[in-house]
Amino acid sequence: MKTFTYRTAAGVADGLEPGATFLGGGTNLVDLMKLGVATPDVLVDVTRLGLDDVAELPGGGLRIGAGVRNSDLAADPRVRGQYPVLSQALLAGASGQLRNMATTAGNLLQRTRCRYFMDATMPCNKHDPGSGCPAVSGDHRNLAILGASPSCIATHPSDMAVALAALDAVVRISGPTGERTVPVTELHRLPGDTPERDTVLEHGELITAVDLPPLEFATRSTYRKVRDRASYAFAVGSVAAALQVTDGTVRDVRLAFGAVAHKPWRASQAEEALRGRPATRESFLAAADAELGAARPLRDNTFKVALIRNLVASVLEGLS
Amino acid sequence: MTTTTERAVGQPIERIEGPDKVRGAARYAAEYQVGDDLAYAWVAQSPVASGTLNGVTVDPLVEADDVLAVLWHGNAPRLAEADDPELAVLQSERISYRGQALALVVARTFEAARRAAATLQLDIAEDPHDTVLRTDHPELYAPEKVNPAFPAATSSGDVDAAFEAAPVTVDVTYSTPALHNSPMEPHATTALWAGDDLVLYDSNQHPPGIAATVGALFDLPPERVHVITEHVGGGFGSKGTARPNAVLAAMAAKVTGRPVRLALPRQALFSMVGHRTPTIQRVRLAAAEDGRLTAIDHEVVEHSSRLFEFAEQTAVATRHMYAAPNRRTGHQLVRLDMPTPRWMRAPGEAPGMVALECAMDELAVALSLDPIELRVRNEPSVEPESGVPFSSRHYVECLRRGADRFGWHDRDPRPRQRREGDWWIGTGVAGATYPTMAQPSTARVRRLAADSYEVSIAAADLGTGARTILTQIAADALEVPVSQVRMRIGDSTLPKASVAGGSSGSASWGWAVTGACRALRSSSSSSSSSSSDEATFDSSELIEKQEKDGKHAFGAHFAEVRVDAVTGEVRVSRLFGMFAAGKILNPRTARSQFLGGMIMGMGMALHEESVLDPAMGTWVNHDLAEYHIPAHADIESIEAEWLDEQDDQLNPMGSKGIGEIGIVGSPAAILNAIWHATGVRIRDLPARLDKILPHI
Repeated sequence: MKTFTYRTAAGVADGLEPGATFLGGGTNLVDLMKLGVATPDVLVDVTRLGLDDVAELPGGGLRIGAGVRNSDLAADPRVRGQYPVLSQALLAGASGQLRNMATTAGNLLQRTRCRYFMDATMPCNKHDPGSGCPAVSGDHRNLAILGASPSCIATHPSDMAVALAALDAVVRISGPTGERTVPVTELHRLPGDTPERDTVLEHGELITAVDLPPLEFATRSTYRKVRDRASYAFAVGSVAAALQVTDGTVRDVRLAFGAVAHKPWRASQAEEALRGRPATRESFLAAADAELGAARPLRDNTFKVALIRNLVASVLEGLS
Repeated sequence: MTTTTERAVGQPIERIEGPDKVRGAARYAAEYQVGDDLAYAWVAQSPVASGTLNGVTVDPLVEADDVLAVLWHGNAPRLAEADDPELAVLQSERISYRGQALALVVARTFEAARRAAATLQLDIAEDPHDTVLRTDHPELYAPEKVNPAFPAATSSGDVDAAFEAAPVTVDVTYSTPALHNSPMEPHATTALWAGDDLVLYDSNQHPPGIAATVGALFDLPPERVHVITEHVGGGFGSKGTARPNAVLAAMAAKVTGRPVRLALPRQALFSMVGHRTPTIQRVRLAAAEDGRLTAIDHEVVEHSSRLFEFAEQTAVATRHMYAAPNRRTGHQLVRLDMPTPRWMRAPGEAPGMVALECAMDELAVALSLDPIELRVRNEPSVEPESGVPFSSRHYVECLRRGADRFGWHDRDPRPRQRREGDWWIGTGVAGATYPTMAQPSTARVRRLAADSYEVSIAAADLGTGARTILTQIAADALEVPVSQVRMRIGDSTLPKASVAGGSSGSASWGWAVTGACRALRSSSSSSSSSSSDEATFDSSELIEKQEKDGKHAFGAHFAEVRVDAVTGEVRVSRLFGMFAAGKILNPRTARSQFLGGMIMGMGMALHEESVLDPAMGTWVNHDLAEYHIPAHADIESIEAEWLDEQDDQLNPMGSKGIGEIGIVGSPAAILNAIWHATGVRIRDLPARLDKILPHI
């Protein structure tokens, strides 16, 4: 591990010196430092900034502090009651010990589990821009089928982010040039030619909170995660969904996919295809197909297309 | 001498060192305090699979104050010739696999060693590499022997004619991936030189073997090497012989004149310490209409390294499992630019019985015969290939009793019949076998003051309960309570023990311990002046005289699985093992051994796979986040039971080895259950959802 210095952030607008990075729960960053994949000069600890409340917003909805631990957020009665998809997604991730450490912002900003990215001795355009992507012809069984580029086929590993993407959550950001908000669906980038950048955050910008807008029908929402063993594994595919059905017709729907792209994948085309349609398996499958038409699977991950298609139908049937 | 009538053997005594382990008081190889000048070593591993290391450049400014030495083939001390070329570390410019140790940094701190290793410039001329095992590889060859000394090929009768004539045949190919042992405690050594003597605190399965092997490399006789192995956090075969960490640590200590600690990082366990070879196995079975086998043919393709030939005995279990007049087994190897495969729990039997026992299930389906009945009809009366009678064989009883206990009898034999919600549910069975072995060992017992005894043998306890079981054996042989016996193991200077491998530890060491304790008793009971306070017993002579063939443990595994029709996910609802393994010495630790093997078998069926990237020439998953073994949540109902098997042809305890049989057959039972649940035959392990989903 490279030598680094450590300091605590003085305030949310403290910013970052060159070569510095924010430290939350450290459950991903510290691992990557041990592996030599992350090599910050300075760690700026933001866990003492008081960003660890879940508060109710005036017009409804919740403001989740960036430092709220995953365990606390999953157990929050308001989250469990109003946004079960979020609580379920959180509890599907990692282990009890990790969830006790991991923060809301840190979970959003965790990096891909692509095996080439995680190995500093391997070429990888994400950890060594321009070195190439061995995953395209190598091991990519659990990598992207949507929105990938020849430079990078990494997936975002978070479960929580998939639920937040489905719920139209908004990220509040504080930085050297002021404050701004970005929808969770636009926080993460697609890799394009610059896969080294995971998100739209600029150096020194700090996520201070995530706002969950009110969504009444989110009380009927769920998260379904598919993985290679019963626990303690990243998703092979996942679906977050909320569904509102009246008289057998889909009035509204929120749908997002995990483990398929460089970002939590909001399935807007599927949602559009479903609104006003009968709440039947046929509609659900047609909606999934509308979204997955853009899928470009590789040699060893074509199964993900069928997996997500099945999951969409099964999850929505369960909610309707 | 007090006497006691209650026998300790057979009692579920708790592990003697359990409290120490729970409290963190038990010390492992990398935890010994050995002085203020302890140095730390870090290995720089090859980034290429084949090539030549022409030089190593050290930036003189990097860690100048803290780095004590940077060793590579250009400056490392010369070692004597190694029997195991993997131990000829830093001796040659030749690079034989990705991950091979190319340089060693020794520094005052662990962090400095690691940082400096990352800055080394390795001047490498890379060669093309070949890492892919395939059945049409032009360099396939038949070895003379497979491990440890079996003929690579056997043949009897006229197999081809039998297949021509048979009304029912099965011809299937099963493949298993490379697997890594992944013990909880990574390989580690703390080495120091005391004058010309070498002291190694080392995590291994065979302290005297490590002393002899490492000693020979430094031109030292075994008695000049002191290996201390008090506790071991698992080995699963990968610590059976000295590994490069022991040699590198000893070398670094010699060069720097300090004690040196080398604890391999988890990632290095996926290249430097061995793996189970991948296998491609073709099994052909021919049967009459009544299910009697007329021919068995099991042909295996597997790999070894460029460094030396390690030939796993994958088809050997097939030689004694079922009767058939015409039979053939064979192994072919190809030497690839890969690390050398080594022993991993039930080497040979574990992958071999996947192919045989799944093929038997396929044959049962082809015959419309219950898979248990098929096995019963092919029960041999003597070892089919050697003709030697079995010392005891209760395979049929395991199948029948297991079937009763598991609830097999109301099973609908047709696949894809039982559905609960989204789950397809099915059950499967498979047989298990593992050879019963004993190896020469020596033990010593001393009578101490106040009716207590010290029993010594250089055995290693890998967490299995060996220390506890030997205490029980000694107590019974001395006819005293276990509280009066102090067991000393884990030290190469104690009387010589065989390896904790081949499920032979308890038999081998227990034999020597029994002999020593009985000798002491008989000398004390005689009133002559020859009465002594110490006795030593060497089992070599008795073991050499013993018939080796015909001695096996047997068992039967039963699995119930459910397969998600939406996702292809497999969950094992029930796993049940029934074993016939001689006298069970300690039901508590035995159960743990059986269950541990069965869980590892579940991992082999469903999870474990070292994923090869042929272009990079290596496995790309190399930690326990990416190399999946079962998590607690994967274990639902799991049980092991055993028959009370008497066998007086084995050893004084009447015991058979139980460390490995749990992993033999359990993967096949799960795969057969997946077929029964879904109608999908997975012949390429592990049975992951992406292989199942397209077919359900």
